[in-house]
Amino acid sequence: MTMAAKTNRRHKRKRWDLFFVALPFMALVFIFCYLPLFGWALSFVEYRPGTPFLQNPFVGLKYFRLILTSRDIRRVMENTLIFAFINFLLLPLPMVFAILLNEIGNSGFRKVAQTMTTLPHFISWIIVYSLAFAIFSTEGLLNELLNVFHLKGQKVLQDRDAVYWFQTCISQWKSLGWSSIIYMAAIAGIDQELYEAATVDGAGKFRSALHVTLPGLIPTFIVIALLAVANFINSGLDQYFMFQNTVVMKRIEVLDLYTYRVGLQKQDYSYSTAVGMLKSLISLIMLFVTNAIAKHVRGESIV
Amino acid sequence: MKDSRKNKIRVSAGRRIFLALNYLFFTLIIIICSYPLWYVFVQSLSKEFVAGKGVIVPNGFTLRNYQQVMKLKGIGNAFKISALRTVLGCLITVTSCMILGYLFSKQEMPFRKLMYRGLVICMYVSGGLIPYYLTVKMVGLINTFWVYVVPFAVSAYYVILIKTFIEQLPASVEESAMLDGAGIFTILFRIILPMSMPIIATIAVYASVAQWNSWFDNHLYTGLREDLTTLQYMLYNYLNQAEKLSQVLAEGRNINEEQILTPKGVRMTVTMITVIPVLCIYPFLQRFFVKGIMIGAVKG
Repeated sequence: MTMAAKTNRRHKRKRWDLFFVALPFMALVFIFCYLPLFGWALSFVEYRPGTPFLQNPFVGLKYFRLILTSRDIRRVMENTLIFAFINFLLLPLPMVFAILLNEIGNSGFRKVAQTMTTLPHFISWIIVYSLAFAIFSTEGLLNELLNVFHLKGQKVLQDRDAVYWFQTCISQWKSLGWSSIIYMAAIAGIDQELYEAATVDGAGKFRSALHVTLPGLIPTFIVIALLAVANFINSGLDQYFMFQNTVVMKRIEVLDLYTYRVGLQKQDYSYSTAVGMLKSLISLIMLFVTNAIAKHVRGESIV
Repeated sequence: MKDSRKNKIRVSAGRRIFLALNYLFFTLIIIICSYPLWYVFVQSLSKEFVAGKGVIVPNGFTLRNYQQVMKLKGIGNAFKISALRTVLGCLITVTSCMILGYLFSKQEMPFRKLMYRGLVICMYVSGGLIPYYLTVKMVGLINTFWVYVVPFAVSAYYVILIKTFIEQLPASVEESAMLDGAGIFTILFRIILPMSMPIIATIAVYASVAQWNSWFDNHLYTGLREDLTTLQYMLYNYLNQAEKLSQVLAEGRNINEEQILTPKGVRMTVTMITVIPVLCIYPFLQRFFVKGIMIGAVKG
């Protein structure tokens, strides 16, 4: 009886006008998020661009077998993992950055530091490359200065051995300040009484930072670290796309760049789709796994 | 103020050294973050390029580079396209996400949960580059201006932010308006929107910076339409030429430099013109950027 009444009331409250307003927007979501998923079918046929889908011969798992035996894949996965691993090792940097910035007493200076260090986050990778080119190219500032001091010139942008650390420096330059903001927010949220208690217990500034601030930031750090693990395969394309050249290609090519190169440059649609599909699945599985770990460890999921 | 002066007496030597080093460290970081932009700026204002000159201040001040760049074929149009996609893209994204965010805050909407889940899943699943490209092609957006704005109209993340924000607004205002017989758009734009300005402003700032900085879609979908070239992509093409040249030089081959060399000054100047709009608005909008990440953090 009450159940029926409840259901009845809920039914009366349904407002279809809202639904119809939402519909066109959900249609956009469907087109740009779900429609591409049907494209995964391409990876099971030998697709020639421009032909209707059904006219392409079905090849089953051929492309997936190709991926498993491909040397290229092994190489780009190696690069992707190396970049992910380096970035993972550097994850504490934004936290340290935030703690140090918080120790700056002068609020004007602190604000300037925060503004200037977050700025690189908001300029495009094209600009970043342009700046890097102005400084590190053979005709750039660095080589001009080396020349003035009669030192040997450096081809940083075309140095195969420098790729990993150079790209890491560039990405840290762009993201360090921005990534630290979340820790600044967490620091602001730490209970002030904890600091007072620490001071009463005779802790100096350093010990307060070590025993109050740092533990206060660890939960945030764990979430960010887990998300980084979940996203290890999504290294992104922009940075590597901009900084690629024939000399460094073997080291700089990550999975995303590879998908672009074989797909849109070599027009190998089916193979590239298969790679992209595997990537999506791995990324999804990683997300579930890390989420489960987070639930188990913190009793709270991360997504 | 008083406190810090009192404390100064008790500050230990170790602490003082640490503070000095800390200030030094951040001064260095500030320089590292800003100097590349400053260098390119200074170079774009320099009269001529002499190795080791024009490093801190321009080597002879001139606006000739800027005058030359203004005369470049297509630069006016590129600026127009970039500005248009920024304004229009921001407007469309904010409006769509606002409407959807509001609708998802309404329990009365049929299939609310299902649609919301469908949207959230989008943040974690992607078809990949080729399927996406073919979809864009299929719906006829290739080589049109609309490919810059339509795919970004609905962003799951923004919708979630707006929905979360609207849900913590007091419901009473809306209810009284509803009793007065106001329709959903009246309620949305007259009542909800003014109350949601903090989150809307944040999203507008994010969306417009993303639009202004966007270039890969230009490369993929409209590379053949010169009249749709954005400022970013124009710079990309200049850089590409310069990079090819420098590679050829690095390999020691001799080529006719005049042919493909984009004058350094033009490259530096186009870089400045592309980045200056962001630099100009950035200091004023920084609080919105920061606010955005805080709201996102609370959610996450």
